[in-house]
This record gives sequence, structure tokens and C-alpha cells, in this order.
Amino acid sequence: MGTKRQFRIWRGDATGGDLQNFQVEVNEGEVVLDVIHRLQATQTPDLACRWNCKAGKCGSCSMEINGMPRLSCMTRMSTFDENETITVTPLRTFPVIRDLVTDVSFNYEKARETPAFAPPEGVAPGEYRMQQVDVERSQEFRKCIECYLCQNTCHVVRDHDENKKAFSGPRFFIRAAELDMHPLDARDDRKTYAQQHQGLGYCNITKCCTEVCPEHIKITDNAIIPMKERVVDRKYDPLVWLGSKIFRRHPEDDELVPAGANHALVGPESAGSSQGASTQSGVDLPDAHERSDEQEVERGVNWHRRLPPAQLPVVGANGKLGISEAAFDRSGAPSPFGDDVQFPLRTRDLNYAHPDQD
Amino acid sequence: MTERIERHHYDVVVIGAGGAGLRAAIEARLAGKRVAIISKSLFGKAHTVMAEGGAAAAMGNVNPRDNWQVHFRDTMRGGKFLNNFRMAELHAKEAPERIWELETYGALFDRTKDGKISQRNFGGHEYPRLAHVGDRTGLELIRTLQQKVVSLQQEDRAEYGDYEARIRVFAETTITELILDGDRIAGAFGYRRETGEFLLFQAPAVVLATGGVGRSYKVTSNSWEYTGDGHALALRAGATLINMEFLQFHPTGMVWPPSVKGILVTESVRGDGGILKNSEGKRFMFDYVPDVFRKQYAETEEEADRWYTDPDNNRRPPELLPRDEVARAINNEVKEGRGTPAGGIYLDIASRRSAEYITKRLPSMYHQFKELADVDITKEPMEIGPTCHYVMGGVEVDPDTGAAMGTVQGLFAAGEVSGGMHGSNRLGGNSLSDLLVFGKRAGEYAARYVDGLAKRPTVPATDVEAAVETALAPLNRDTGESPYTLQQDLQAVMGDLVGIIRRKNELEDALVKLAELRERVAKVSVGGGRRYNPGWHLALDLRNMLVVSECTAKAALEREESRGGHTREDFPKMDPKWRNVNLVCSLDGDKVRLEHKPVPTMRPDLIQLFDRGELAKYLTDEELADFDALAGSVTEGASK
Repeated sequence: MGTKRQFRIWRGDATGGDLQNFQVEVNEGEVVLDVIHRLQATQTPDLACRWNCKAGKCGSCSMEINGMPRLSCMTRMSTFDENETITVTPLRTFPVIRDLVTDVSFNYEKARETPAFAPPEGVAPGEYRMQQVDVERSQEFRKCIECYLCQNTCHVVRDHDENKKAFSGPRFFIRAAELDMHPLDARDDRKTYAQQHQGLGYCNITKCCTEVCPEHIKITDNAIIPMKERVVDRKYDPLVWLGSKIFRRHPEDDELVPAGANHALVGPESAGSSQGASTQSGVDLPDAHERSDEQEVERGVNWHRRLPPAQLPVVGANGKLGISEAAFDRSGAPSPFGDDVQFPLRTRDLNYAHPDQD
Repeated sequence: MTERIERHHYDVVVIGAGGAGLRAAIEARLAGKRVAIISKSLFGKAHTVMAEGGAAAAMGNVNPRDNWQVHFRDTMRGGKFLNNFRMAELHAKEAPERIWELETYGALFDRTKDGKISQRNFGGHEYPRLAHVGDRTGLELIRTLQQKVVSLQQEDRAEYGDYEARIRVFAETTITELILDGDRIAGAFGYRRETGEFLLFQAPAVVLATGGVGRSYKVTSNSWEYTGDGHALALRAGATLINMEFLQFHPTGMVWPPSVKGILVTESVRGDGGILKNSEGKRFMFDYVPDVFRKQYAETEEEADRWYTDPDNNRRPPELLPRDEVARAINNEVKEGRGTPAGGIYLDIASRRSAEYITKRLPSMYHQFKELADVDITKEPMEIGPTCHYVMGGVEVDPDTGAAMGTVQGLFAAGEVSGGMHGSNRLGGNSLSDLLVFGKRAGEYAARYVDGLAKRPTVPATDVEAAVETALAPLNRDTGESPYTLQQDLQAVMGDLVGIIRRKNELEDALVKLAELRERVAKVSVGGGRRYNPGWHLALDLRNMLVVSECTAKAALEREESRGGHTREDFPKMDPKWRNVNLVCSLDGDKVRLEHKPVPTMRPDLIQLFDRGELAKYLTDEELADFDALAGSVTEGASK
């Protein structure tokens, strides 16, 4: 029969709680959720935990097991050592309701904000024609079981509640990508929408979301990066930009941050000083990874560097672009880094990996 | 009364947020009604996600010979002619429209070469008929409907400035009582799991879409939600249940490792070439083809194997027999000592298809076995056995409107919680289309019912007080047993005595034990508070499970024949006399009352879709004489 194993499970509610120790019987072939069920049946009938299908298909039983965001129904006990203590805690990014149950309404709010599929006009039901190869790209994202492990692990919101307002998170980036790649979706602004309303720019591609996805959806590579690239094409290609200004093809571009509103590389000293899109300013480094700036720089690439929001260029009183060299108030061209940047740059703002490292 | 109760007013309250519930809610909202969706779990987690194979609809995309008549015939055959013919007819006719509609909501089904919705073969369906998305069709369906609800909310926000102006989802909310004003539905009472706080919905119409009853069984593919809430709510409101003796045991559930016991292995594994073998390595299904199916199924392995590539000129492999036949065959092999160590048999696709083919055709099966059981299905066979999967029985409804029969008015039911559509056995793939077709109808007719009311029913305060008291009782007692113990005992009774193969003395024994359990459940007590307390939730679900189990046991004892999802060892044959009988359960005080009621007679144009030879296996001599008279009058009419 089974062996006794050590568990530490977080118990409490919004007002606080702590890890409690349990000794539970574990049998061959069981998963962590089985053990939690055994605890409910034998020791703690009111231990709160969400679950439904017990087959990795519904995405209800998300929790953190030894610090890793996991589906407890898919975490086999055989992956732990016999004498290892297993620590189970609720998802950290969302407010605790009780024990292992968290308030994930954030995700439902974001889902509601993401514009729905727009059916093509004039195509009757039954007349939809699509090729398998074309639907497969979106189908990958429709595999999502909404376990929200990606949302939980994403460091943009994991320890930064203040970012939640402007950031939809990986789950809804793949939703935007799915609709963008849908062969018959009638809207063509999914990417700009992701950039301007979902906070795609906050993502700095650490791939943590991809790593925890139980459906193995390539969130970063197949959704986020393609969306970013295409958005960048449009936003930063001066010709495209100029064209859009002249022909007003993308009126929504006007929602870019006005020049100077909140300049690049904002440090903690200016936290909360700006408006709107500047919610990025805040405590500079997420403590999710528990590193100081210097340590982060030592390590190499500073993934947690604050990225500047997209900006409109400086326009003159006539609403037109200035002719920079000629009209500039100093000799020589303006600094390519922006006028507000002090030299030497602060280490935390560097994004440089020394070849000798690692 | 000091208890705080959150009150809401709606036109239609839909209990259940699976496929049927969401489809009903969408339809009621489109009819201009204010709708509440009550979801026992989070929004989008419903059990519908577990459906893997697909949704059956005779679109004829893969084989143009398919049409609604063929689908109707397959459905009636699968249900052993006990189905409500009108439901089977509506279902076969309307399923294609319901599937196509999903595409306008954003669903992405797998495609044929010419860009239409691809359709796959499935047990009991004559032609490839199941619209599918790999093997996660249920997920696609629930997500699509969920996203349609969201899109309607977005429209409402544009119009009224509030997402929840006309359709609101109450996630993690359980309804414990329906409130009546005389015989009319006046509202629904329940609690929020999160806080344990009570809610009262005042609404003239309620749609039940609560799914099945599987949690009363030890080995089940169903989640904790499947406690027969809708069945029990309907009974207590004065509605009737039919066909409760018919439970589908899915032939292929995982039996190893123990923790995942009961989880389904989709039938498509067999549709795509998987075969069943016993511990001696024998492909045994050839020995179990019943006479009624002899004509449609292959007799040799060679013919069966040719069918996968040339279905027009070969008969189907016997692995694709209807589920109950397969389940019985497996049960028999195991009982006769040719089972695996874990008490199942082997399902082998590894030795028959390439690893690449398997991972492409059955991605989530591959994934599920790898992750849950550390079994690589491209290399080794799976260990599988029957698991409680679906209840054919349910609320007796008017086939066109979904309105519950019995004394109650304003109550509708759709999906697994309703009965009649599938007769004594459901074909794979018919449940997803069932919930779309009848979900829509229930929503539509619930809205019409509200329109036709002269005045709104009122909620009697005393009933609400009583509901509060009942709900709090388990928390206020500390002398009773744990709900978990009681559930285990109930599961043992149902699993051991009212399981896949049934006997008279065991069923009688079960009824005695259920009566004992009823006493114990009435005294159940739980510790802890009201905030997200699963023990308390289970305690409240137990009484529903119990009353539904009583219906099943009583009906199983009464029906002295074997048909579809009901197998009596002491009456192993199908009896044409019983073909004409529906067993109807209702509540008399707190006792289950059982009555016989004739099955509605099929319309002439429908019964003539079958040939006489086939009908002869099901109908009584008198019914056959009627059929012959009918056929005679038709030929006469034609020759005039």
C-alpha cells in the first residue's frame, strides 16, 4: 500500500494564513490533486480547492507546487522524492479567497474587454470555407484551457498589481493572435488593439508563460512575437508611419503617448508622477526573481528593464514635424537617445550581456 | 430572519453553464430577455469540455449520402427504439444548422480538402458525421459559446453602458431549491461558493441544464459537479423523470493508474484503427456482435481492416459497435478471467498505426496518457474498462419546447438533464449536437413562456426561509457523519449493486441500503464555515444524488429486460413489450413514485424509414401488423 508523505499546504483567506503541515498517505500512480482529495476526506473536510475534470482538460486546479505554477491533476507524485516535503500554495498573482482558491475574476474582466470574433459580412452560416492549414494556426491558441497559469507566472503582473489595469496578459495575447490569424475574422486591427489596449508592449519575452503552459502552446514564439513584430513594423517604420499620418489610415495611432509625456527609462524616482500610459513607471524591478539591479546586470540581459512606451514625435505649433537639424536650438543633431537621458547610463538601464558570462 | 439574501430579478434563469445552458442563455437573450446563467464552477469549466469525439450533424460534407433521415435512423437504432421519436427527428434535422451557427460565433472546426467542416466516423453512425477539432471538440464548443456570451455582453455594453445589462454569469454559484408560486416557477434559491452567501433569483422561467448524475458512481468520467442537481430540483418542483434506469457506461475509461480511474479514452481511438484485445492477445469483439447488428459489421479481421480505407465496400469493425455492446463485451471478458491486472482489457493502437499518425489524429489522448499515466500510446497498449459516463434518463420534456412535464409550469430542461432524446442508449457525438439543438429550443421557448405570462409569479417568503434553513442545517449539526463518508457509501451501493450488470436481489438490496442512507444523509454534519467549504457543498449535493439514485434503482428493478444502458442478468433479452414502456418517476412527499407510460408512437413517415426486417427485432407483433397495414395502404395509394 501507500507510503506516508509530508505536505505543507497554505491555509487561510484574504486576511492572512500560513503553511500547515500534513502527513498523508500516497499510493502508486497518484497525482497531487488525489492527495488533496484524500486530505479533504480524512483530515480537513473544509480545505478549499478548485477542480473539475481531473484530466488536464478544464484548467480548474491551478496552484503552485513547490513554487511552480502547475495543474495539480497533472502533477504526478512520482516526480517527487520519497522524503521530499511538497509545498502547495495558491496562485500568487490573484487575491486569495480561501486556502488554494483564488479570485481569478481579473481574467474574466480582460476576456470581456477583448473584442469578440467579427463574423464576415455576407457569408451565410454553412458557407464558411477555410483550409485546414489556415485554421491550424488559430487552433493552436484555441487549445487554451484557461488555467491562467501563464497569467499567474507573468512577472508583469505577478508582483505588480498596478500593472493589471493596463495589461491583459498572455492568455489574451493568444486570444488576440487567434483572432488575428482567423481566416474569416472581419476585424483587421487585432495587433494594434493588442498594442494599445492590452499592453502588449509590457511583455519583454521572458517566455515564462510558454514554460508553464500545460497545453504546450507556444505563447511567446507563435503569438506574442509575431504580434510584436507586426506592430513594430507599422509603428516604427517611418514610411509606414508617415503614410498613415498623411492618409489617416490608422486613426487609432493617435493614441500613442505624446512626446515628452513620459520619457524612456523611467526610474523609481518618478514613480506615479505621470498620467495614463505611464503606468509602467513603478517599482523598478520585480521581486519575483529576487534580484537587485546590480545582480541583474551582472547576470547579463536585463529582461526586467522598463521599456519605453511608443511615442509620437515632437511636433511644432503648426502641428507639423520640425526640421530637426535646421531648427534645432543647439549646434548638431539632437541626441539619438533622447534629450532627457543622462550619461553615463544607469546600470539598470543597460541591456548588455558580456560574452564571458555564463 | 436575519440571514442576508442577495436578490436578483431576471426573465430567465439558466441553471448550468455547459453547452446546453449557454446555448439556451444565448437564445433567450437574443429573444430580448434578461438572463442569468448559474455556473456551479468557474465560467467555461463545464463538463462539456470533456467531450472529445465531436458533434454529430448530417451535413454530408464527407459522404454526401448522409442526410437527416439516416441520422434519425442511427439515433433510433442506438436508443433501441425507446427514444422520443420527435426529439430524435428535431435533433437530426436541426443539428447541421446549429453547427454552422457556431462558425459564425468563431468556432474553428477541422476542415475537409474543399474547406468545409470535416466529419469523422464514430460508433453507431452510418456515415462520417462528427464535426470535430482534433479530440478536443467539447472544449471548442464551450469556448465558442462562452465567447459568444461575452460578445453579446459587449453589444449590451455598447448599448446600455453595462456588460451585464441583459446577460450575467453567476460563477461558482449553486442552486439548492426552485421556488414555486402554486404550480408556476417563481424563482431559484442558492448560494455562492466563494462566500457562502445566499442568493434569490426572482424569475418566471428556469432552464435546467445541469448535466448528469455520474458522481453517484465509484468509477466515473464525471466531475464533482455531476450530482444530479437538475434532476432533483425538477422532481421537487413537481416535474417527472423518465428512463432513469438507463446509464451509459463508456466502454473505454482508463483503469490504470488508479488515480485516473474513470477518465475517458475517446471512441475515436477505435474509429482511427484501435482494437480491443484481452490478456490472451485475442481481438475478441468479433465474438460479441449481436444479431441485430450482424449485417453491418465485419466478420473477419481482414474485412474489418479494409473498412478504414474503403468503408463503402466493407463492413465496419466490431470495435465500433454501440457503446453498450462494447461495454458488455469488455465486462464479460474481464469476468471470465481474461482481463488485465488492473481489471480492464487492452486497447491497442500502437501496433496498428504509426507514431506520427497517432499523435496527429489523437493529440490530446497522446498527451493525456503521457502526462497522467506515463504511458506512450504510440508504443504500448492502453488499459481500459467501462466507466459511468452519461445518463440517458432525465426530465421528461415536451419535445418541441423543452418544457418539463408534470405539474410545474415555467420549467424547461435541455442537454443531459433532459430525457427521451437518446432512448435507452446514446450514440457518441449525439450529446454535443443534442445540447445545441435543445439548448436553443429551451431558451427560445422559455422566452416565449415569459412573454405569454399575464403577471409575474411571486416568491413566497416562507419557502425562502425554509430553503435557508435546509441549506444551513449541515453546518448547524455536529453529531452526524462526514459527507465524504456518506458519498463513498452511496458510490459503493450504486457501483456494486446498480452498476453495469444488474440483478433482482442486488437491486432490492440497493433500495434497502439507499433508504438507510437517506436517514444518514438527513443527519449529515460538516465543520468549518460558509466560505468556500467543499464539505458543506457536498453535504447539500448529497440529497440530490440520493433521490436520483433511488429513481435509478427503482426503475432498474422494474424494467425486466435488457436494453441499451440497462442490463439485467436475470432478463438478458430485449423484450418488445417493454419497448413501448417509459418508466416515469415523480415525487410523492419525499418518496419516489414509479409509473408506466407508453412511448409515443412514431409517425408513419418516420417509421417507414426502416425496413421491416429491422423493426421485427424491436416491435411487438401488433405493432408490426400496424406497420404492415401502413405499408399496404401506401402501396395501394401509390398504385391507384
